[in-house]
Amino acid sequence: MNAIVDRLREQVLAARGRRRLEIRGGGSKSWYGAPDPEAEPLDVGMLYGIIRYEPSELVLTAYGGTPLAEVEALLAQHRQWLPFSPPHFAASATIGGAVASGLSGPTRWGHGALRDYVLGVRVLDGQGRVLRFGGEVMKNVAGYDVSRLFAGSLGTLGVILEVSLKVLPLPPASCTLRFACSQDEAIERFNRWAGQPLPLSASLWWQGQATLRLAGARAAVDAAAARLGGEALPEEAAQRFWEDVREQRLSAWTLQEGEVLWRLALPPTTPAWADAEDALVEWGGGVRWLRRPAADDRWFERARAVGGHAMRWRGARAGERVFAPRGAAERAIEARLKAAFDPDGVFARRLPLE
Amino acid sequence: MAEIASEPTVSRAEFIAHVRRLLPEDALIHDEAELRAYECDGLSAFRELPWAVALPRSEEEVVALLQTCHRLRVPVVPRGAGTGLSGGALPHPQGLVLSLARLNRILALDPFARTATVQPGVRNLAISEAAAPHGLYYAPDPSSQIACTLGGNVAENSGGVHCLKYGLTVHNVLRVRGYTAAGEPVVFGSLAPDAPGYDLLALAIGSEGMLAVVTEITVKLLPRPQTARCILAAFDSVRAAGEAVAAIIAEGIIPAGLEMMDQGATIAAEDFVHAGYPLEAAAVLLCESDGTPEEVEEEIARMGAVLERCGATEWRVSRDEEERLRFWAGRKAAFPAAGRVSPDYYCMDGTIPRKALGEMLEAIAEMEREYGLRCLNVFHAGDGNLHPLILFDANQPGEWERAEAFGADILELSVRLGGTVTGEHGVGMEKINQMCVQFSPVELEAFFQVKAAFDPAGILNPGKAIPTLHRCAEYGRMRVSRGKLPFAELPRF
Ligand SMILES: Cc1cc2nc3c(=O)[nH]c(=O)nc-3n(C[C@H](O)[C@H](O)[C@H](O)COP(=O)(O)OP(=O)(O)OC[C@H]3O[C@@H](n4cnc5c(N)ncnc54)[C@H](O)[C@@H]3O)c2cc1C
Repeated sequence: MNAIVDRLREQVLAARGRRRLEIRGGGSKSWYGAPDPEAEPLDVGMLYGIIRYEPSELVLTAYGGTPLAEVEALLAQHRQWLPFSPPHFAASATIGGAVASGLSGPTRWGHGALRDYVLGVRVLDGQGRVLRFGGEVMKNVAGYDVSRLFAGSLGTLGVILEVSLKVLPLPPASCTLRFACSQDEAIERFNRWAGQPLPLSASLWWQGQATLRLAGARAAVDAAAARLGGEALPEEAAQRFWEDVREQRLSAWTLQEGEVLWRLALPPTTPAWADAEDALVEWGGGVRWLRRPAADDRWFERARAVGGHAMRWRGARAGERVFAPRGAAERAIEARLKAAFDPDGVFARRLPLE
Repeated sequence: MAEIASEPTVSRAEFIAHVRRLLPEDALIHDEAELRAYECDGLSAFRELPWAVALPRSEEEVVALLQTCHRLRVPVVPRGAGTGLSGGALPHPQGLVLSLARLNRILALDPFARTATVQPGVRNLAISEAAAPHGLYYAPDPSSQIACTLGGNVAENSGGVHCLKYGLTVHNVLRVRGYTAAGEPVVFGSLAPDAPGYDLLALAIGSEGMLAVVTEITVKLLPRPQTARCILAAFDSVRAAGEAVAAIIAEGIIPAGLEMMDQGATIAAEDFVHAGYPLEAAAVLLCESDGTPEEVEEEIARMGAVLERCGATEWRVSRDEEERLRFWAGRKAAFPAAGRVSPDYYCMDGTIPRKALGEMLEAIAEMEREYGLRCLNVFHAGDGNLHPLILFDANQPGEWERAEAFGADILELSVRLGGTVTGEHGVGMEKINQMCVQFSPVELEAFFQVKAAFDPAGILNPGKAIPTLHRCAEYGRMRVSRGKLPFAELPRF
């Protein structure tokens, strides 16, 4: 593996001041963010394999190019999981790509986001430095928490050579319930339930139906299901449904020509907008997905006005803003962080710094 | 790359004249006798008198102070309640201590959204007290929670006995607002999920007051579990207790709390609070389950079976809330209990992989002989975070130095065992040398660059947490001369 890291380092050093490189795991999320058409791919797929995994330590360490599916299959053998249910978007998805994209799936609502599970990384930065931050232990405050900075950095700071993630036992029981209700009712119920000691895992509202996943101890799931009512989905259908949600296979996410798919991240209790009854609501109201004609660009402002942030998830045309703007001081800090790890701008700026 | 040296452009008297214009008389301390109250934090072995202490009551005053200090290149050391255990709030000898203690209002509590927005001087426990009528609470519960502030918790990424299941500060804070060293307003994180841009909130949490001054924090509140019960289990060897910890986790259980105390700590705690601990046991485990009554009953039974299988000599379940709190009282009072059996104690904070617990404890027993000092051991066993309490008497010449060297040995062994020098107390001034063991020169350089990205002038809590390469070289020579390993060759993590 050292030879592979050495070769990557040579590629990075050779590119300094000459070319931009786009780190490529499985290429499964290569549409995400603001792709840089001029960057050459830097393939990290050879960084492959699980380095350490001891179930009773609740930690897994793998090379960045290890397929996500392989990591999840190994965990499942030991009845453990990645509780943030990262989307794959293609069989080729890698663990480094998942961390670099920072994306979590439907169970983020009940179990936390990807960044909550990052314990440590080993990276190759734009100066060719190999750096290790964090570690393989649950609690670690030695130095700044740079490993979490790499979560969601979209390959702009360096190559994730290795990553250590906290993993958890699979909840022994789960159950999916369905209720007919309006968007506002769903948002109200999801938030009210979240304030009660219930084993909540995932939530979704779309087309007049709320779907709720419970997961935890058998006794807790049964008691909650009995109390909340609704119609229970057969387990197999429920699993297929949540996987379709994780992989964004419902038609709410399917774009027509000339449309933009907006991802509106909002404070979860924000009431439904009257002109957004077609939204798909996830994470208890924390995220709302909307398909709109490309010309309709009010959403950055509308989300900002209620304390959230919008993103053109898909369908942005060249030159259009993808991520919500940040404040001037934060932008300056981000630019200096980028310069610290990648002073020559070797790595493509998929996360625009403006 | 070394840290940017920050030399004030004014004398102390000139500085005080400047600051006087910004604050009412009762918000500025510069009299030497009064400054003594601020010369150290919870780690009293390190002391320093600052030029002055400011106690602003408003954000406007904080901004004015920061802008003035930045212009005059006067170092600023933020301070909450001063309960930190690593010298993070240790004053700078030519600097201002910026106490946030008077910014102590709970600004908003939204039971429907399950969030509380507070000023940095609000005490940790005050949030849970305010949330209690709504059936909610703030999960991270450091043992110092009646005194420590949220600003300090954010700066140290504090944990508590329940963080195995409910997370550390970083998992329970949604957003912070504050100011850079230059006095510019910043917001990190968001009340909506996944704030855009780099995760600056993650960098700010645990940054020991070196990246920004935090003036407002929004935390998540969780529903209080319907019920909780705790098992008290005794073992005749520490190794067996350690194996029981791993076995509980291997069973697929994440207990709400999983703590261990060795015999010395158990006896000291029992003497202090009369919790009913078994005094003849080599190690005691506390295993808590919380949730619905059905869930707790099921989990307690499963944990009991594991404990029995792992050779517990005795185990009992708290019968009621009063007994559960009594079980915890001893563990939570372990530090003051150490203070009763010894004139002074020195608390360590390494984290190691759980499986290395037995090896670490045997090594500590060996070090007790080598240094001629006793050590009581309390652990957040579930997450491998150790708090060895080294007993010493500061009035005996040489004892503090021996305690310090003993502590350094424990921390460096933590790194060799695949862990870290600090799990939750921070590096501060205390563990700055051990950072040379855990990180390579290029990693330390990267940390200085992160610092400079937030604070290019280097005036916010300078000289803490990240050692200069020069310092590491000096430390390496010193350790070699004592016949120890030099830092460069140590295997890391
Ligand atoms: C008896 C005892 C038990 C303890 N138990 C635990 C425990 O179980 N778990 C645990 O994690 N810790 C524990 N601690 C350590 C300590 O209580 C925590 O580190 C706490 O978070 C410090 O809070 P404070 O308000 O006292 O901060 P201080 O000690 O005043 O400051 C700590 C650091 O925070 C910075 N800071 C403070 N406020 C701000 C702000 N507003 N903006 C920016 N920086 C700021 C300071 O510069 C300093 O670097 C314990 C301490 C004691 C004395």
